[in-house]
Amino acid sequence: MQDRNHLAQVDTTHQVHIIENGLIDIPMLQILKPDGTLHEQAQEPDIDQETARKMYDTMEYIRVLDERMVGAQRQGRISFYLASTGEEAAAVGSAAALQPQDMIMSQYREQGALAYRGYTTSQFMNQMFSNQKDPNKGRQMPIHYGDKPLNFMTISSPLGTQIPQAAGYAYGQKMAGQDAVTICYFGEGAASEGDFHAGLNMAAVLKCPVIFFCRNNGYAISTPAEEQFAGDGIASRGLGYGVKTIRVDGNDPLAVYAATLKARELALEERCPILIEAMTYRLAAHSTSDDPTGYRSRDEEDKWRLKDPIQRMAKWLQHKGWYDEQANKTLVDETRKEVLSALKEAEKVPVNPIEDIVSDVYDKVPAHLQKQVDELKDHIEKYPKAYPKTAGRSK
Amino acid sequence: MAKMNLLQAINNALVTVMEEDERAMVFGEDVGHFGGVFRATSNLQEKFGKGRCFNTPLTEQGIIGFANGLASQGSVPIAEIQFADYIFPAFDQIVNETAKFRYRSGGQFSCGTLTIRTPYGGGIAGGLYHSQSPEAFFAHCPGLKIVVPRNPYQAKGLLLASIRDDNPVLFMEPKRLYRASVSDVPEEDYELPLGKADIVQEGSDITLLGWGAQIEILQQAADMALEDGVSCEIVDLRSISPWDAQTVAESVMKTGRLLINHEAPLTGGFASEIAATIQDQCFLYLEAPVARVCGLDTPYPLAHEKEYMPDQYKTYEAIKRTLKY
Repeated sequence: MQDRNHLAQVDTTHQVHIIENGLIDIPMLQILKPDGTLHEQAQEPDIDQETARKMYDTMEYIRVLDERMVGAQRQGRISFYLASTGEEAAAVGSAAALQPQDMIMSQYREQGALAYRGYTTSQFMNQMFSNQKDPNKGRQMPIHYGDKPLNFMTISSPLGTQIPQAAGYAYGQKMAGQDAVTICYFGEGAASEGDFHAGLNMAAVLKCPVIFFCRNNGYAISTPAEEQFAGDGIASRGLGYGVKTIRVDGNDPLAVYAATLKARELALEERCPILIEAMTYRLAAHSTSDDPTGYRSRDEEDKWRLKDPIQRMAKWLQHKGWYDEQANKTLVDETRKEVLSALKEAEKVPVNPIEDIVSDVYDKVPAHLQKQVDELKDHIEKYPKAYPKTAGRSK
Repeated sequence: MAKMNLLQAINNALVTVMEEDERAMVFGEDVGHFGGVFRATSNLQEKFGKGRCFNTPLTEQGIIGFANGLASQGSVPIAEIQFADYIFPAFDQIVNETAKFRYRSGGQFSCGTLTIRTPYGGGIAGGLYHSQSPEAFFAHCPGLKIVVPRNPYQAKGLLLASIRDDNPVLFMEPKRLYRASVSDVPEEDYELPLGKADIVQEGSDITLLGWGAQIEILQQAADMALEDGVSCEIVDLRSISPWDAQTVAESVMKTGRLLINHEAPLTGGFASEIAATIQDQCFLYLEAPVARVCGLDTPYPLAHEKEYMPDQYKTYEAIKRTLKY
């Protein structure tokens, strides 16, 4: 791209010249057809059987986990859940193209990326039950995972805040001379936040090796994409910020994988940010607190069910001779059992002792917080029945 | 020892830390080659390169978001917000991210290495948007430290301690004193403690508490009161969060009276918090109600700047009222 920040380099025109949205077509990378065969001009990415199977298995795993956890929420066992049904390929396909040393800064619907990294069912459960085995010490609502050993940054609820942070994280990786990038996930709704614009601009100007991965899933809770933005999706904004951009079919696992692989290569080689817009659809409700029947039709959802990324990948695996029906059935059955037993286990684990209400506010507990927790402990002792989770326990 | 103004002392602290720790990076609007609008970062880019001292686009939320990411990665970001009046686009990043990073991750990740430097305060004909003192907004937010120096010596020692402290620090620089205040500053490395108030002058009749540029005002008021035979103890709070309630309470138990002065508006200002804590800890020692000499509950005016300021005359009158109560 030409450097257009100086007037001397701008071409002149002598009529009023209107540049309209749509004059530049941003195509969408698609490798797999819905029947699992390759488009004629498409090239299969360099992917081995093991990686392909791991991608597939992770997507299946997440679908089962999501289904079970929505059920657990309905039974009142956890307070909240957020499913990624229909969007599994976006998170899993991109995570598969990364290296373990790459930092993942996610929004909240990328459990597939976390599972691909190796987060276990027990770890998922401990976080969701906010018990003392959760390294985040049970401080956040379910699904706000974070795991330092897996280079998965703890999720924060405010939308888009991770976008400029990812630019900074990647800048630090670059300055430290690391062979690593940062990937930052967000939705098309979050791309309306100021932090999106700030973050892309900062990353472009400061040449940060970061992949901005937008899941354009059509909805921000109930607000459809056409009420979210008027331009050509999120991809068109990348060009405005001088950020190399790829639009990809988010329901095509191979296309997501290929796009992310290329993005990582460019980010490292050229020390620059890349924006990927994955076109997908949120088949699930926004969260367990949401009911989509109030704002979209069954017909619309059914059209997208036909584009299911898991089915698509299964068909491709069959063509490759890499699909194992029996192994897949075992995986689904085992996952169901595993989720249930891990859930029962996690339910029994107590929350952190009361001392942890004041730890990690600062590096050390300052005097005023020590005083506050001491007073609180005396109070709990007086009314143990009112505070059953912490009464009678201490660190 | 060298004579330095407050800007030179800050620059000197930045050089010290950038020389010792290559993870340290200084950035913000105009801080690169230009050296910042006040020249606090002069020559840093020349000394340490564009990778470690650089301009950012004009986006406060971007600067702090970027700084949060950089801190969580393990670098040592020293971000400048050009005027404290312009920190509000970054409010979400500071309050919801910087301050909560460690807590929400159970200590796995933190922004402990981050220092945010920002000039604050009035008295420079800056009007509404180049004069504010927003410390109370941030004092309401657990997880942050807030530090305000009163002179060049304090500025260097407190800034070095802030950068090295493993907690995010909002370092507020009294811009009225940038060039006005000159003092002896050791050229070698030293730190002054965070969370510790400093007794600037001992006295027995009333405790005058403030921070930053207002310490000078308290000194002038104390000198006026001395002519009436009133002995004032002057305490510089230095850290707004966490603040040193113990030193303040001990002083009040000795003098029996407390006057708090700050530039920010009266209502919800940090003096309110101090007054509530002190009446709780020193109720039976107080000879008079806690006096607050603060800005008016208005935006910071321009034409009426002198009238708005909690100056030495208003402070002197409040001392007399408190003594007579």
